[in-house]
Amino acid sequence: MSGFLVRRLGLALVQLVVVASLIFLLVRLIPGDAARAVAGEIATKEQVAAIRAEMGLDRPVWGQFLDFWAGLLRGDLGTSLISGREVMLDLPPRVANSLELVLIALALAVLIGVPLGRWAALRADRAGDHLVTGAGILGISLPVFVLGTLLLLVFSLWLPILPPERFVTIGQDPAAHLRALVLPVVTLTAASTAVIARMTRSSMLETLSADYVRTARSKGLAETLVVRRHALRTALIPVVSITGVELATLIGSTVLVETIFGWPGMSSFLMNAVGSRDYPVIQAVVLSTATIVIAVNFAADLVIRALDPRTEAV
Amino acid sequence: MTALHDDAPDVAPVLGLDGLSVDFRLGGEWVPAVKGVSFGVRPGEILAVVGESGSGKSVSTMAVLGLLPPNTRRSGGIRLAERDLLRATVAEMLAVRGREVAMIFQEPMTALNPVYTVGEQIVEAIRCHQRVTKAAARKRAVELLTLVNMPEPEVRADSYPHQLSGGQRQRAMIAMAISGDPKVLIADEPTTALDVTVQAEILDLLRDLRHRLGSAIVVITHDMGVVADLADRVVVMREGEVVEEADVHTLFASPRHDYTRRLLDAVPHLGRTRTGAGRRPERAAARDSPADPGGGAADRDTTLVLDDVVLEYPGRLGRRGYRAVHGVSLDIERGEILGLVGESGSGKSTIGRAVVGLLRPVSGSIGVCGLGGRLNRAQRLRLSRTVAMVFQDPASSLNPRASIGDSIAEPFRLHRVLSGAPLTTRVGELLESVELPASWRDRYPHELSGGQRQRVGIARAIALEPELLIADEPTSALDVSVQARVLDLFLDLQQRLGFSALFISHDLAVVETLADRIAVLRDGRLVELGKREQVLHAPKEDYTRDLIAAAPVPDPVEQRRRRTARAGTDEV
Repeated sequence: MSGFLVRRLGLALVQLVVVASLIFLLVRLIPGDAARAVAGEIATKEQVAAIRAEMGLDRPVWGQFLDFWAGLLRGDLGTSLISGREVMLDLPPRVANSLELVLIALALAVLIGVPLGRWAALRADRAGDHLVTGAGILGISLPVFVLGTLLLLVFSLWLPILPPERFVTIGQDPAAHLRALVLPVVTLTAASTAVIARMTRSSMLETLSADYVRTARSKGLAETLVVRRHALRTALIPVVSITGVELATLIGSTVLVETIFGWPGMSSFLMNAVGSRDYPVIQAVVLSTATIVIAVNFAADLVIRALDPRTEAV
Repeated sequence: MTALHDDAPDVAPVLGLDGLSVDFRLGGEWVPAVKGVSFGVRPGEILAVVGESGSGKSVSTMAVLGLLPPNTRRSGGIRLAERDLLRATVAEMLAVRGREVAMIFQEPMTALNPVYTVGEQIVEAIRCHQRVTKAAARKRAVELLTLVNMPEPEVRADSYPHQLSGGQRQRAMIAMAISGDPKVLIADEPTTALDVTVQAEILDLLRDLRHRLGSAIVVITHDMGVVADLADRVVVMREGEVVEEADVHTLFASPRHDYTRRLLDAVPHLGRTRTGAGRRPERAAARDSPADPGGGAADRDTTLVLDDVVLEYPGRLGRRGYRAVHGVSLDIERGEILGLVGESGSGKSTIGRAVVGLLRPVSGSIGVCGLGGRLNRAQRLRLSRTVAMVFQDPASSLNPRASIGDSIAEPFRLHRVLSGAPLTTRVGELLESVELPASWRDRYPHELSGGQRQRVGIARAIALEPELLIADEPTSALDVSVQARVLDLFLDLQQRLGFSALFISHDLAVVETLADRIAVLRDGRLVELGKREQVLHAPKEDYTRDLIAAAPVPDPVEQRRRRTARAGTDEV
């Protein structure tokens, strides 16, 4: 296990370094000139050049690259070109707000999707199974912005159970914060729950007909134990890896969900930055999401390793 | 009941099937798989249920514990002592399973759960039926592993199935099955997935357990050698019915039913010429020396020359590869069949892969009809015309979405040899040459039986009239009667077309029917290479002798004599 841990951790670090370097390069490939954007349309060539020099954009790319890495290692993500504030001041609360949505949605997707998939698999081809499978297709095919708008319309406007409120942090008013959380989380979690339920169902159907499940039955083990200990545990292995992948999807969806529900997460921060070519901010936001994805997939691999002793290599 | 157990003619069977029928629900219809089968097994007796695929032998025994898939229905009766298991409640069945009747399955790799240690799985079986602490159950599990001769039982109890060898896995499976002291053990093809030497050990273990535990054992098998080695009494099944039931000696000495006779005839018997079928006569030119290094293979008419070939499977990034073959030299003359024999992991299939160019040797050289070393595109193309391969499992080596005619035509299209009407004619001829109707070219693999599919595989392989045919266990997935016909066909084609062949097999008896010379491999090294008669009848190496001794022959008298002889040498 420890050898595996070291190797897997090494891989995660390599992934981080590669991703960070790619982000640096990609951001510089965005068409347009940041200095020109900062200076405004009417600025003269000289003014733009001065601003460019001030921002360090006139230096060779590799010099900027080294600065970027030096900053990263110090925990310094740079200064916003637009607001002039350090990125590390504004980013963490935004990331925390987004993470709150995404992680709660992911946890719900697993907690609902796995039992649902298991339940459907044990009723394969009967009414309950068809209901779950049908609802799953709906959940997967309904775009987040449609579902979000629909929920907002129904529960905030027509039946004002959850009227729109100003965002408050959990410290200011826990109840209001949780109320505000409900609709965005439901919107986010629907598709992932469906994906995980379907995966669990098909994986369980496979393990239920596996030889070792027949062996477990032949020992005289009660059916509930056969399902829990033998069919479900091995069926979960692919479900855990798909959960890691789902996280990336959720982060993508959260940009839309935050916009629909006015949730102050990373998305508005990112969109403003992209609009004004605020390189340091773009880099910081993309880097933090990449780090989250890498971390969660690292965790997923550890869980898989714990579930399946056959996993040897990375 | 016809034949009775010698020792205890009056003892009532502990488990009996009473006109048992099993139907499968397929496409909205009930299809019978077992039709009113009756037989019983007495305490301490070993009953073999034999038959080919589709005979219902597994289904009828799996029905005993109600382990059939949900789309089945059972009728008739299954008597365990005084009870009828068909009418037992769920709770009663749970108490019977593992406690009174236990099962051993064919493939221990898939029959054991890969995510639990074998110790955990045995403990679970114990705690199903006995109220004991985990520690006590674990102690018992180690005792059981000791009882089944597991090496280092304390350590192995904490191993996962994938960390054990095939034989050790089957021992663990048996330990689990006997954990509840069952009255009846049902073993479904318990040694089919194992090498012959390991099979011999497991059969010894089962025989020993019968004496020590006094359980009745039902062995389901297709292998007449296993039957001869193990059984007291035999039930022969075909198409869901019992065709014959007899004492093992009676059955082999004077089979009454025509089907039993044909079944026994079809079984290749090591060291005995098959009746009816043409065993390959000895070739005048066959040599018993391995490729002689000084003479230079070039002046002799050789199709294949392997010179000190080392083969490796590359390791993952930064890890050492796995060396499967350590310096093997051999050659095949034009028109010669070389049998390549070895147990799993001996590197025999790896050599086959290397000869067709799927794996490049780390060192040494492979020459096929003068083509060797690094090949350019044109040479590779020529090599693929010169060498053809017949694979083990015809069900997975034919494209299920292509008609068999398309599969056979593919080599012609690839090499742009023929097209249009002449190609269609040629495909028809090839089908006829493997004794299938030419009109079948539009059929799909799933419409064919296993033996027919393997004929298609052979037709595809000989399509371009290769110089060398690699046959990797071409008959091991087939029933014996089908195997016999496919082997005859193979020999017949070889005589007509004159190709050389590398015939890879784990089964010495099969190799004996067709090889001119035999090469014995072990752990990637050549142990012995010589003429068929010499290797099989006067082996120079101990390993070859062990291999021959371990393969059970389909004759209970001879098998018993061999076993006694083996026990005798073991004591020395």
